[in-house]
Amino acid sequence: MEKYKIEIKNFNFYFGEKQVIYNLNLKVQANRILSVFGPANSGTTTLLRSLNRLCELNPELRYEGEILLDGKSIFDSRESVTQLRRRVGMVFEVPTPLPMSIYENVSYGLRLGQGKSKAAIMEAVELSLKQAALWEEVKERLDAPAMSLSGGQQQRLCVARVLALKPEVVLIDRACSGLDPISTAKIEESMSQLKKEYTIIISPHNVQQAIRVSDRAAFLLMGHLVEEGTNDEMFTNPQDKRTSDYVTGRFG
Amino acid sequence: MGARISQKIAKTLIWTIALTVIIILMAIIVFILYNGLRVINWTFLTEIPREMGQQGGILSPIIGTLTVTVLAVVIAMPFGIGTAFYLAEYTRGGAVTRIIRFCTESLAGIPSIVYGLFGLIFFVTTLGLGWSILSGGLTVAIMILPTIIRTSEEAIRSVPNIYREVSFTLGATKWQTIRKAVTPSAVRGIANGIILSIGRCVAETAAVMLTAGTVLTMPESIFSSSRTMALHFYLLAMEGTAMDKAFGTSAVLIILIFFINVVANALVNRFVSKGH
Repeated sequence: MEKYKIEIKNFNFYFGEKQVIYNLNLKVQANRILSVFGPANSGTTTLLRSLNRLCELNPELRYEGEILLDGKSIFDSRESVTQLRRRVGMVFEVPTPLPMSIYENVSYGLRLGQGKSKAAIMEAVELSLKQAALWEEVKERLDAPAMSLSGGQQQRLCVARVLALKPEVVLIDRACSGLDPISTAKIEESMSQLKKEYTIIISPHNVQQAIRVSDRAAFLLMGHLVEEGTNDEMFTNPQDKRTSDYVTGRFG
Repeated sequence: MGARISQKIAKTLIWTIALTVIIILMAIIVFILYNGLRVINWTFLTEIPREMGQQGGILSPIIGTLTVTVLAVVIAMPFGIGTAFYLAEYTRGGAVTRIIRFCTESLAGIPSIVYGLFGLIFFVTTLGLGWSILSGGLTVAIMILPTIIRTSEEAIRSVPNIYREVSFTLGATKWQTIRKAVTPSAVRGIANGIILSIGRCVAETAAVMLTAGTVLTMPESIFSSSRTMALHFYLLAMEGTAMDKAFGTSAVLIILIFFINVVANALVNRFVSKGH
């Protein structure tokens, strides 16, 4: 039996009285890029925010079902949620630099724990900035405010900030929606490099991006998982009519 | 009426209103400084008052004002800021939150003489602290608490929620998030509330009259009774015996408040300049 990095089992999600995800079952392989795509309000963001339990910040949300990371429930109360979030990193839809320097942003997560030497932190900062294809542009001005970077640079900074923690899974929520094509290309390029080390789940900002970057794709519609498969299956030969209608642009 | 004309009228009107306000405020300051600066000299600042304030300087009221203010702010700050963090970060609008908010809002609207009366009964009499700088400081601390709580809570709430989410996704605990992601962005707003409160402390008259007392001698400790500057010139002006000294005192008070504002802003700027 094949081992999966993440297994989502019979997952239901409610926002107050309203159900946003219906009985979802999905398995994610390690070292692959999975696109979870669908029109607005399909539950893709909610699904991503469930995987690192960020959704729990809102008290009105509640869920049923199970999500396993390496075979262990992420909702297990013995596992600390801060540890989970270090293992499952997240990049948000809009660039979200914290109001501090570039260096402080990238090292934010590293500086939370104790016992890391300055040299080790600096090394991790440099490595993750290189992985996010930003190092060359900022190496001379790590003390500059992160807010002074362009939108595309800020988003790569956010990728670097997540990678600095050496996560196992990286969630990317419509991370290129506000970016120009060049920045988008840089982020997509770094994604295909990153999958060697990480499992990546993205909620692409359009179907074309899903086609470009992913190995597998899952189509969500109004909270239901319609279909899941390899890129070929999903985009050239979808089984479900709703999938083919959406990827060919008949609705959406 | 044409859009251009109404635009012109609106602009003129707003401009006139703003100018009027500025003129009035400037007139008050100029009037006080004009009458007050003549009195201010080295002796005025370094001697204690004699003959009920008609002679001598205002050193002891200056010391009284500063000690009451420092004491009040030092006492009120941790409680006020702590409550603000509790309300903004740790509650989700339950009964406790509503009670605290109702209390702070009620307390904010109470005239200061009522705080004075409470201080007189509780600190001066019941706790036996007597008329003292300590009683005055505690009373004024309670008086400025609502201001500090409300301005700090506002400042904390205005920090974008995404900063918290980012911090959590990077594996921070709630406390680390508050300390490292929320507080740096809220410091300026919190400091503004504190500066506002310092102004109220320095200018407070009624509450300190009933709790810190009115004596003109040099205070020896926080258990000594003392008179604040605002109270000093209130009494001088009421008795009408030394209007020049009253103006001198109010001029010193205005300069002091101005000075506190400048210093506090400089400190805040230095503290939060990084990354903003």
